[in-house]
Amino acid sequence: MSAGKRSNEPIVWILFGMGGFLVAFFLPVHVLFYGLLFPAGMVHAPSYQQTLALVRHPLARVYLFALLTFCFFHAAHRMRSTMLDVLNLRHLNTVIAFLCYGGALVGTVFTVWLLMTV
Amino acid sequence: MPQYTQYQPKEHRPKMSAYWYLDNWHYLRYALRESSSFFVAYFCVLTLVQLAALGTNATRYARFEAFMAHPAMIIVNAIALAFFLLHAITWFNLVPRVMMRQILARPTPDIISSAPNYLVWFGATIILALFITGVL
Amino acid sequence: MSDTIILEVARFNPEDGGEPSYQSFEVPLRPDWMVLDGLNHIKDQLDGSLAFRWSCRMGICGSCGMMVNGVPTLTCETLLMNYAPGPVRVAPLDHFPVVKDLVVDLDDFLAKLQKVRPWVVRKDDFKPAREFMQSPAQLEAFHQFSLCINCTLCYAACPVSGLDPDFIGPAAIALAHRYNLDSRDQGIEDRLDIVSQHEGIWDCTVVGECSVVCPKHVDPSLAIQQFKLTATKEWFKSFLLPRGKH
Ligand code: SF4
Ligand code: FES
Repeated sequence: MSAGKRSNEPIVWILFGMGGFLVAFFLPVHVLFYGLLFPAGMVHAPSYQQTLALVRHPLARVYLFALLTFCFFHAAHRMRSTMLDVLNLRHLNTVIAFLCYGGALVGTVFTVWLLMTV
Repeated sequence: MPQYTQYQPKEHRPKMSAYWYLDNWHYLRYALRESSSFFVAYFCVLTLVQLAALGTNATRYARFEAFMAHPAMIIVNAIALAFFLLHAITWFNLVPRVMMRQILARPTPDIISSAPNYLVWFGATIILALFITGVL
Repeated sequence: MSDTIILEVARFNPEDGGEPSYQSFEVPLRPDWMVLDGLNHIKDQLDGSLAFRWSCRMGICGSCGMMVNGVPTLTCETLLMNYAPGPVRVAPLDHFPVVKDLVVDLDDFLAKLQKVRPWVVRKDDFKPAREFMQSPAQLEAFHQFSLCINCTLCYAACPVSGLDPDFIGPAAIALAHRYNLDSRDQGIEDRLDIVSQHEGIWDCTVVGECSVVCPKHVDPSLAIQQFKLTATKEWFKSFLLPRGKH
């Protein structure tokens, strides 16, 4: 390889990195309550009205926007590299990158739409 | 091509196993760590579904809650939690160390770079738990 | 405990057209013997045709790296005793073409190493009248990354270097980083042109095994992640100030 074009990977890498912190700090407690303790009845779940009021709070909307967007890009970047390295699908690099980052963009659009309409 | 291979063309080029990540525990741990991303994507989509149900009406949200209470969903979510914890621990042990080294330009003990993250993690978990359960 | 151990040694002879295979040798198991001493015993007493590299016998020349029971290892500083009662499998380093038996072809690695300019690059015509002073802190910034002995164990440990033969790889990037961090050096732009391509740092997905096997505690994985931070900073700089050269 000779001196050539520098990669544009920093843009997705920085999104991946921010998302990595958000996944680590915040997702465990989310899945713990919404995915385990509430459905299993181990902790009493707040009512529909209470939950709705919670996500309608402006700060909650900002928080959920940042959380979901960065987590989508974090997942996209890592799913791509997992498919390239672990599943050894390097020959499909372009398709995989398109699907992963494209999926994250779609997720972002849905996030914005749902947070504005909820 | 190095010149001498003209006369020595028969180097052996071993093929890498397609299941290389089963070769040792470190590789397997890496493969599991990276697989956490599939569960992150899954859970983000699930949260969007939840938001959509919330935004529709109480009946739809009740249906969503019933769906979440299905034993299969609880098992999947328990697995997701395990993957998130694996991600969190590997992340806190690695990334802050790199950032610290970059900032201070000298080696620092891992505990100094990692410990603050565990504290923030603990605090954030408590605060979010209070909001989520409706105490605050 | 028995006083011999079985070494299963990988054999490959390009001239007989054969496939690689393993051959077992029984060698004495002495408390002070390294794996390399076992191999030398084979070469001297049992089969003179066995090919392998070594030189210093003290972990500094970096030529005696092999896969020992599947782990990239410097054979001159690893006790045979650690593997008792055996058998011990000795194979050439993973991810390299094999020339003969335990000898691998390092040309590709050496070419990559040269590309990252692992030496002090000056852009001015700086002619020091006396030695270039460096503070202890300036030395500490790169010292750890300067300890590399080019043993290539990290390449054998790195699955990405096996999956993508174009990946520049741990040691070369760590050395590029070492010179970027050197207060005498001005070559960072040249190195970014090479190392910030996809086959440079961006190919790395932080398996981290390079840092586990490195006998000199260079921590190439750390160097690569730091390099990613630097490259990202430079990328945003050239994005916001596109008039800068590059
Ligand atoms: S970084 Fe470590 S393992 Fe890699 S070549 Fe240098 S000394 Fe060997
Ligand atoms: S013989 Fe020199 S490092 Fe082992």
